[in-house]
Amino acid sequence: MTSLLPYIGPKLLRAALSIIVVVTLTFFVLRASGDPALQILGPGARAPDLAAFRQQWGLDQPLYVQYLRYLWGALQGDFGNSMLAGKPAAELVLERMPLTLALMLPALALNVLIGIPVGAYAAMHRDSWIDRSVMMLTVLCFTVPSFVLGLLFILIFSVTFGLFPSGGADKWQSFVLPVLTLGTGGAAVIARFTRSAMIEVLSQLYIVAASAKGVTWRQVIYHHAFPNAIIPILTLLGLMLGGQVAGAVLVENVFGWPGIGQLLVISVGNRDLAVVQVILLLVALTMTSANLTMDLLYGVVDPRLRNARQGSH
Amino acid sequence: MQKKLQIDLSTLLASLWLCLMLLTAVTAPLIAPHDITAMDLRHRLSPPFGFGGTVVHLFGSDDLGRDVASRLYYSIRTSLLIAFGATVISVLVGTAIGFIAAYFKGIVEHFLLLLIDVQASLPFLIVALAMLAFFGNSLPLFVALMGLYGWERNARLARGLALAAGSQGYAGATRQLGAHPLRIYLRHILPNSAATLLVAATVTFPEIILVESGLSFLGLGVQPPMTSLGVMVGTGREYITRAPWMLLAPSIVIVLTAVAVSVLGDYLRDKLDPTLT
Amino acid sequence: MTLLQLEKVSRRYPIGNTVFGSRKSLTAVDQVSLEVKKGQTTGVVGESGCGKSTTGRLALGLEQADSGHVLFEGKELAASGTREWRLRRQRMQLVYQDTLAALDRRMTVGDLIAEPLVIHEIGDRPSRRQRVLDLLQAVGLGEHHRALYPHQLSGGQRQRVVLARALAPSPSLLVCDEPVSALDVSVQAQIVNLLVDLQQDLGLGILFISHDLRVVRHVSDRIVVMYLGQVVEDGRADAVIDQPLHPYTQALVSAMPRLPGGFDHYLPLPGEPPSPTERPSGCPFHPRCDRAKDICRQTPPELLTLGPERRVACHLVSNP
Repeated sequence: MTSLLPYIGPKLLRAALSIIVVVTLTFFVLRASGDPALQILGPGARAPDLAAFRQQWGLDQPLYVQYLRYLWGALQGDFGNSMLAGKPAAELVLERMPLTLALMLPALALNVLIGIPVGAYAAMHRDSWIDRSVMMLTVLCFTVPSFVLGLLFILIFSVTFGLFPSGGADKWQSFVLPVLTLGTGGAAVIARFTRSAMIEVLSQLYIVAASAKGVTWRQVIYHHAFPNAIIPILTLLGLMLGGQVAGAVLVENVFGWPGIGQLLVISVGNRDLAVVQVILLLVALTMTSANLTMDLLYGVVDPRLRNARQGSH
Repeated sequence: MQKKLQIDLSTLLASLWLCLMLLTAVTAPLIAPHDITAMDLRHRLSPPFGFGGTVVHLFGSDDLGRDVASRLYYSIRTSLLIAFGATVISVLVGTAIGFIAAYFKGIVEHFLLLLIDVQASLPFLIVALAMLAFFGNSLPLFVALMGLYGWERNARLARGLALAAGSQGYAGATRQLGAHPLRIYLRHILPNSAATLLVAATVTFPEIILVESGLSFLGLGVQPPMTSLGVMVGTGREYITRAPWMLLAPSIVIVLTAVAVSVLGDYLRDKLDPTLT
Repeated sequence: MTLLQLEKVSRRYPIGNTVFGSRKSLTAVDQVSLEVKKGQTTGVVGESGCGKSTTGRLALGLEQADSGHVLFEGKELAASGTREWRLRRQRMQLVYQDTLAALDRRMTVGDLIAEPLVIHEIGDRPSRRQRVLDLLQAVGLGEHHRALYPHQLSGGQRQRVVLARALAPSPSLLVCDEPVSALDVSVQAQIVNLLVDLQQDLGLGILFISHDLRVVRHVSDRIVVMYLGQVVEDGRADAVIDQPLHPYTQALVSAMPRLPGGFDHYLPLPGEPPSPTERPSGCPFHPRCDRAKDICRQTPPELLTLGPERRVACHLVSNP
């Protein structure tokens, strides 16, 4: 594992820097966007009240003092209170976390469980009519924005056939449509990617050699083609996370799902800045750690990467 | 050298559809039969022509009796205009930052690369939402915000192009003639990069349409009385049971446009710039 | 009169990872001194990787020396990129090997040749036009070439365009970096002869960099031989060719075909030049020298001045 350090070290440093940049930018953008005292007390507030408010929240201090205080607070998990709910913003966001995860994790599973088999099947039956129609369908699935897809699902499965509820999060049936909406686009992307990755791997020389040695086609697929195609698919999953997060925001709003995405839109509408900040930071943390994990995984799975890096020392 | 230009059926259909959209956007005021805010209270929630509706409201009318067809034409106009303006901003900002990063080595370059990394690691929709929360919403601000979409990709591309032009090629040759860096970047590197940047813009443009309609759908983008495809989907969703055409008309336009752009984009990338992924 | 003077100029490049791990550097150019006189040509010869191109770039101020001085027309060069440095470009120009890359493929020949005039605000539109025509004629091209693009020209024609472009601001110094290496032998001769003619007409000083001793010999008044970033021998062209002192120069000269005798004296040079990152101890040439003695393996030789215009760095010469 020690040999991984020079490989992962710069990436770790970069990830930490990224988070600091996000925190710093949100702080200064927040301050640049207007006087919090005026925003909270309203434009009709009297001057002494404003002064008292500023003193109470430390807004009369120099900007860098405010920044350091904010950083110190953030380190201790204190991101300020939601103006709307009057509760700590972090608490408000974390409360909704399980519901959002209950949407995203099954969608992720759907990506993989549908995308990979469909792509692999299409690759093995390359240029058949099944391959072609599946690939055409995937174009449709990943180009259609999730909010349109969700509404179309509601129109078909809820309004027309009455199979699933169109909103809420109370029974298992309510999970079906949101998860399906969120998972479809990613599954289509993975299916297309798996197909091309498999085709490339299949056409490589050592696969040809392996099949020439008298191993069965099935063995070639499972022992050679699959392991080689899996690394790029993992990377793709990491890259898709951002789209998945954005998709979750829209899908939650389509289905009235009381998760973080819905909270974000409500908070943006009401300019509840503390909550928006926490969500932004949460997303940044999730994304950076996901990228870092992918990098680490990549380094472990593919030792050539590490060695190439060290060879250049 | 000259290969026969081969266009398959799907590419042809995609181009035709996009031309139709462009035409609609340009001629919206001429072809729209009604004002987009004109209410026809006798024909509220009237279905499209052929589904029990009248020719007066070709695609039906909405909850206030406003003509869906007219609103659709104007929505296409608004969405395309915003996407166009934003794409121009995105390419300009991205190119400028990319060139600056390529020109200034050292700390400036590292900082810009870090910013690019940060932006690339955050979903744009989230960033856009946060900015809307911080700064409020107005049309110019919204277009500017949409213009931030994809800047990091364009910046990376522009930096790569500038570095490739690099010290060994024509850029270095012009530099040693004694040219000012501005001249090298504006007169030499920019024209030589234009084709690639243009292809990148064709990728950015449709994506901005989708982000814009998503934000407008959430009620945080284009504000009434203006209308855009996302606004129409957002309104239509309330009447999904009683007047599905309010939802379907803009949705079909979004879906077809997205698919058409994707088909055409693949074609363009294959033909113009195979290095762009 | 001395036009360009390099005094003990060195250039090092950092190599390896700069954030984590150790930072090493390689010395591309090591204590190089040479001069170019007005109206004369100094040839620099050596194998690829010997630092001759870097020397050329240092001479032009395109790269900054880590130590030593570069004096042009008696004055130290300003830092690269400053306004003063840009203004000096009028007086000193570079001629490249890779002409296709060096010419912006979106500009016509006429615009390319006029560009230095535009940059340095020399003349007005009609006079620039006339100057472009004169230059085209001077390098053996015609008016009809003006509207063509670089890719429509042959390699030799492109080299002429590069030359015309370099001559446009009336420089006093040309640095030619392998100007003919990419060309056919017959075309090489044309370009080299053109260069010699232009030099006589315009009184140019030329620093001529090449791996090809035949070409260098043909154009040069003085020859500087470089090996692994160092000058190993220099002197008047005929002296270096007729009586090479350094074993490396002797090997280079012996590999040069000439009419009387042919390859009779050919001294094969064993092995490849070592990488600048793994510089041998002592004399850098000793691993490939068949006459190397113990001292050659231990002590690097000094560059010894033998006469007014003759220097060599070899233990065999200094203590035979």
